[in-house]
Amino acid sequence: MAKKTFAEINEKIKKGEAVVLTAEEVVAMADEQGLKATAEKVDVVTTATFGPMCSSGAFLNFGHSDPPIKMAKVWLNQVPAYTGIAAVDAYIGATELAEGRDDYGGAHVIEELVAGKSVRLKAIAQGTDCYPRKELEGYISRESINEAFLFNPRNAYQNYGAATNSTGRILYTYMGMLLPKFGNVTYSTAGQLSPLLNDPYLRTIGVGTRIFLGGTQGYVAWHGTQHNPSKARGENGVPVGGAGTLSLIGDLKAMTTEYLKAAVFKNYGVSMFVGVGIPIPMLDEDMARFVTVRDREIKTTLLDYGVPGRSRPTLKVVDYAELKSGFVELNGRKVRTAPLSSIYKARQIAATLKEWIERGEFMLQEPAAPLPADATVKPLDVKELD
Amino acid sequence: MVKERFTFVFSPETYDKPITYHLVKDFDLKLNILRAEITPGEEGHLLAEIEGEEDNLRRALEFLAAEGIEVIPTHRQVTVRQEECVHCGACTAVCFSGALAMNREEWKMEFRPEKCIVCGLCIEACPLRIISVGFGGGKAGEA
Repeated sequence: MAKKTFAEINEKIKKGEAVVLTAEEVVAMADEQGLKATAEKVDVVTTATFGPMCSSGAFLNFGHSDPPIKMAKVWLNQVPAYTGIAAVDAYIGATELAEGRDDYGGAHVIEELVAGKSVRLKAIAQGTDCYPRKELEGYISRESINEAFLFNPRNAYQNYGAATNSTGRILYTYMGMLLPKFGNVTYSTAGQLSPLLNDPYLRTIGVGTRIFLGGTQGYVAWHGTQHNPSKARGENGVPVGGAGTLSLIGDLKAMTTEYLKAAVFKNYGVSMFVGVGIPIPMLDEDMARFVTVRDREIKTTLLDYGVPGRSRPTLKVVDYAELKSGFVELNGRKVRTAPLSSIYKARQIAATLKEWIERGEFMLQEPAAPLPADATVKPLDVKELD
Repeated sequence: MVKERFTFVFSPETYDKPITYHLVKDFDLKLNILRAEITPGEEGHLLAEIEGEEDNLRRALEFLAAEGIEVIPTHRQVTVRQEECVHCGACTAVCFSGALAMNREEWKMEFRPEKCIVCGLCIEACPLRIISVGFGGGKAGEA
């Protein structure tokens, strides 16, 4: 087939002629019409995920008070924010907890800002000749502050290990509550809808890729932390377990709480559900093969969170068709499975992104630079103190 | 025949009444105790599934009321603020009775209160904190 370029696809989008399908719809089309026809007819495939992503947060610039203050410590609704940058800049991390609480944190502050609610700001400073003020307390909101942009160091994990628990007690983890003696299995990707599983070698996703983020348009800023394209892959190129990651950026002021939600995991802490959608251009037949990946072809490791070490033992390899069926077999027993990432929401995002592209409101952006293709993840092995 | 689940709430004065005996013997009801917390001198709770003729069940409930025992149907005990749910599925990981389950077509979480045994695990498992329960005599639905 003739190859398509980003520019040619964008030309079709502008004219309202682009054929856009979600990653689920394209599987159905390939089943009926074959890969070749699918590659020719379809221009863009929309992918999405809506899962808890701890490595999230927002940069805020509060604006200058009179007299001005160089904030040394900042709290937003009693949640400490990092302010070791310029005078009135701060970063509020999603997992930072409010002082004295374990069920309210940075993610809640971000959600309240997005909802347009007032947030209590407290700041203290040493006081300088150019920034004499030493204290400030009052309310801010999305409207009142200069800038607010989400900047998430690691989102949209390309696959992730499923979790279970061999111990005799309930484990409270970021993978949810894991019941004793392999009482359940949880998993956290959208499977065949998930962005990086539809472009396993990240051919079309790189620095500058325009995406759906939190209900508005955002961008891939960089590869995510712990980006690991060297992970073992199946024959179809799809990594078995957590591999590639993305660092994402977008205007918080334009986001909606429908696609950005604080989450509390008991005895673990606070995280944030982030809605991410990525359009994948159908450049050629290879891409058609990638975007038609099916749940049964995506495999991941089932890990025992009962082992508290860095490398949790893999109990077995499972695929997403099994995980999504509601049960997996483990040690000759049927064990209940449950998702943590909302497939319902992911479908909404993929459909919304499809609509934006069909209406010509969202153009594809060719990456300015590719993401690393051969990085590995280093463990933390500190040099012990003498 | 009807089958329903109830929580019986005993006061310090009523905790020692042999009500299961009366329900079985006097009203011909099939009684399956799912959960019980009864401490002499204090309030007690008993969660049971009751099966029997509708008329017998009605008379039994009247008898319990006359004995001073509060009866709360379980479907009034656990409340899910479903309009706020993002359908992540975390609650379904811990729900053994199957009251909270994913609809695997739409991938929406569905709550079937008649299956609930009011174990309370879902309250801790829900990342949005939108599930509440009132086993301790409270009626979550009215909170």
